Amino acid sequence: MYEVPLERGKIREFARATMARDETYDARDAAVPPTFLTTAMNLWEPQGELDYGSFTLDLARVLHGEEEFVFPDGPPTAGQDLTVTARLGDVYEKPGRRGGTLTFVKLIHEFRDPEGRTVAEQRTTLIQTSQPPEGS
Amino acid sequence: MAKALSAVHEIKVGDQAEPRTFGPITRTDIVRYAGASGDFNPIHHDEGFARSAGFPTVFSIGMLQAGLLASYATDWLGARNVRRYRVRFLEQVWPDDELTCSGKVTSIAHDAAGGHVEVELSCARQTGAVAVAATASFLLSS
Repeated sequence: MYEVPLERGKIREFARATMARDETYDARDAAVPPTFLTTAMNLWEPQGELDYGSFTLDLARVLHGEEEFVFPDGPPTAGQDLTVTARLGDVYEKPGRRGGTLTFVKLIHEFRDPEGRTVAEQRTTLIQTSQPPEGS
Repeated sequence: MAKALSAVHEIKVGDQAEPRTFGPITRTDIVRYAGASGDFNPIHHDEGFARSAGFPTVFSIGMLQAGLLASYATDWLGARNVRRYRVRFLEQVWPDDELTCSGKVTSIAHDAAGGHVEVELSCARQTGAVAVAATASFLLSS
């Protein structure tokens, strides 16, 4: 479990980098952009926070399959401090179209406000291939 | 650009957002997103590293085009109205690519909270191939 402060300047920087035009991203109480919470993992998650159990992730063979962000009551806003729990979700295998086996790995990040309510959930799907992926 | 829509009576199933083209995507755009997001995998900005890994040059961060498509969606239906955004990564994006985003309303359901609007979104390269595709839900006032 770790804390993530939702900072107004970081939200503005992210909205600019993703070329958003909605001016409410500059507001004092700006909502986070839909994919903003990916910054939590990159900037705040302690090394080794996510317990992969017996599964071994080999980054040389991993593709980014999918990302989903869910906001039950709308996106959280600048000034909030959230608590994040990260866990391994389902891990399952499928035969690849070009042979070999694809392993689908789901990662779940749950974001709670100080009252303990879940305000956002990030669901990541990684795909581990049998061999290192080739260019494109 | 016009203000984002806010009330559900302003749209109907089948409506399409005006397409928007981003780019040509520059290495600076990629680096700016790397800084904003904290993703500094060198394969996205270090030419030598990308080549030694077998790629012709650096390529964009998947979450950049995912973020561009999300911005397109919230510019259309409102930053505060989004309830879900699900994006799939289909094809890499390279420097100098032009990315065209489009979106359409697939369903609207009404309840006491307002109008729940489901949309399909696509971000295609200049070749026509879709780089990232998404679905999203927005809650608009009645």
